[in-house]
Amino acid sequence: MPLANVLTNHWGEPGVDTLAGYQQRGGYGSLRKALELAPAQVVDEVKRSNLRGRGGAGFPTGLKWSFLPKDDPRPRYLCVNGDESEPGTFKDRYCIEKSPHQLLEGIAITAWAIGAHTAYVYLRGELATQARILERAIDEAREAGILGPKLCGRDFALEVHVHLGAGAYICGEETALLESLEGKKGWPRLKPPFPAVSGLFGCPTIVNNVETLATVPAILAMGGERYAALGTEKSGGTRLVSVSGAVRKPGVYEITLDTTFRQIVEEICGGVPGGRKVKAVIPGGSSCPVLTAEQLDVAAEYEALKAIGSMAGSGGVVVLDESTCMVRVAWRIARFYAEESCGQCTPCREGTPWMARILRHLEEGRAAEGDLALLKGLTGSILGRTLCPLGDAAAMPVRAFLDKFRAEFEAHLRERRCPFPHPWGEQADELFAGAGRGET
Amino acid sequence: MSVPFSEEQQRRFDEELARVLARYPADRKSAALLPALRLAQQILGWLPPAALEHVAGRLGVSACRAREVATFYVMMRPEPLGRHLVEVCTNVSCSLRGAESLLEHLEQRLGIRSGQTTSDKRVTLREAECLASCGTAPCLQVDEEHLENVTPETIDQLLAQLD
Repeated sequence: MPLANVLTNHWGEPGVDTLAGYQQRGGYGSLRKALELAPAQVVDEVKRSNLRGRGGAGFPTGLKWSFLPKDDPRPRYLCVNGDESEPGTFKDRYCIEKSPHQLLEGIAITAWAIGAHTAYVYLRGELATQARILERAIDEAREAGILGPKLCGRDFALEVHVHLGAGAYICGEETALLESLEGKKGWPRLKPPFPAVSGLFGCPTIVNNVETLATVPAILAMGGERYAALGTEKSGGTRLVSVSGAVRKPGVYEITLDTTFRQIVEEICGGVPGGRKVKAVIPGGSSCPVLTAEQLDVAAEYEALKAIGSMAGSGGVVVLDESTCMVRVAWRIARFYAEESCGQCTPCREGTPWMARILRHLEEGRAAEGDLALLKGLTGSILGRTLCPLGDAAAMPVRAFLDKFRAEFEAHLRERRCPFPHPWGEQADELFAGAGRGET
Repeated sequence: MSVPFSEEQQRRFDEELARVLARYPADRKSAALLPALRLAQQILGWLPPAALEHVAGRLGVSACRAREVATFYVMMRPEPLGRHLVEVCTNVSCSLRGAESLLEHLEQRLGIRSGQTTSDKRVTLREAECLASCGTAPCLQVDEEHLENVTPETIDQLLAQLD
């Protein structure tokens, strides 16, 4: 079965977003269980689960926790990454909307495991609604004595605060997030030192994604080994994907790790509207190299995607059908990264707008001979030459679109125009027929 | 230092700033810079230089750093905008569901181009980057609140409501 319900078991049931409703379904039971264990035992349980970070990089969570220095006098911090800004990704906001206490329970278990008495949930500035939902849940949990000076009555204080960003994709990068949380512009830091050694306010800090932490209660409940067994050899459990674009039923779905993109498109999301065919799938957010229609039978999972030169990323699956222009999509993606480059590293600051300009020229029929070679060369001048992964995130998709849909790029150059009547595809035109276009 | 707030505004700012500051270590007041600037912006509608100086002074950072932060993040408004800000996500998932036509529709209805403000200062229109509403595309943000599954009809209703 491609669909799973480890994380999303009670999502959508009435009242599960309240403390009473959550507790009626056994909520905070995993926290009580964790508090009976020594912190190191909780870390071991999560290590056994093979849980990997759901924010994009896929780093093993338990291993990350074990990088904290031992016998260090400084306070430790837990930072929850809810910056969710990778185009195509919208699962973390659902975690908060559907079951805020599940996230809080995961935060509390993690704080206990790593010895943090303060947790900051960094939410992207645009998620004001989700911030209110989470703050209400924090208040409920505090009043009930679950959070606060005595975590579930234990002699262990835990305060959880929501910190809103103010609109900057780069703050999803963990060191930029820490800079932003310290009240600065989001410029990524040089690593090492890694946050576990010197993070927020120069103190040992663990940064984990929202979905990652929301999964922790389920791991404690079923045990690390059972959770691991649900997944593959190198990656335990299940994961969320956010599916959008050319499908009949877009949305957030929890899948088993053997689920293929074909199953996601056809079985889970009801296929492509209008009887059109899939041309391409962005597998994990816009930075992940695009897959062609011939690659749909690969599983939406870290190792399988890595093996074909792409990435599982943050699980943002964007489906593109045959009527959509790949140059147009690549241009929009390049424009996004150019807009969001923080300006710190020259290859990214200069290279991302340059890529966007070439793609725009191609799409508008103004490109010159040699531009495709220049574009390819630019991707190589950015890849691996920046402090943080934003440069790679911009160069990888451009290179993949160019390599895999070379004929479309060449047709733009040859015809000196975009050969598609509706560059964004027929679906865009159907949904907004009559609005704007042609009404001069 | 000039004071950006009226007496009543100052009371509100002080009250809410105290709540914000309680989240951070006492010797790390500067961590409150983003929320404090957004608070001043909520009260004043934008961040005039006097507000940047005031917030900076309260948190013990330079006015230069406050300006740096105010110009780095897109939700900060170091320049005044219209009374309402309408932002259209035109990233991939929204454009696949008609966001570019939606933006054109808004441009026509308002008689301005993206990036401009209507002459009566009622609405500023601009593009936004992905707003994490790809499954409910196309999506708008109106004065920092999401509006999802937008249709031409929703746009007409919205424009009728904005004062």
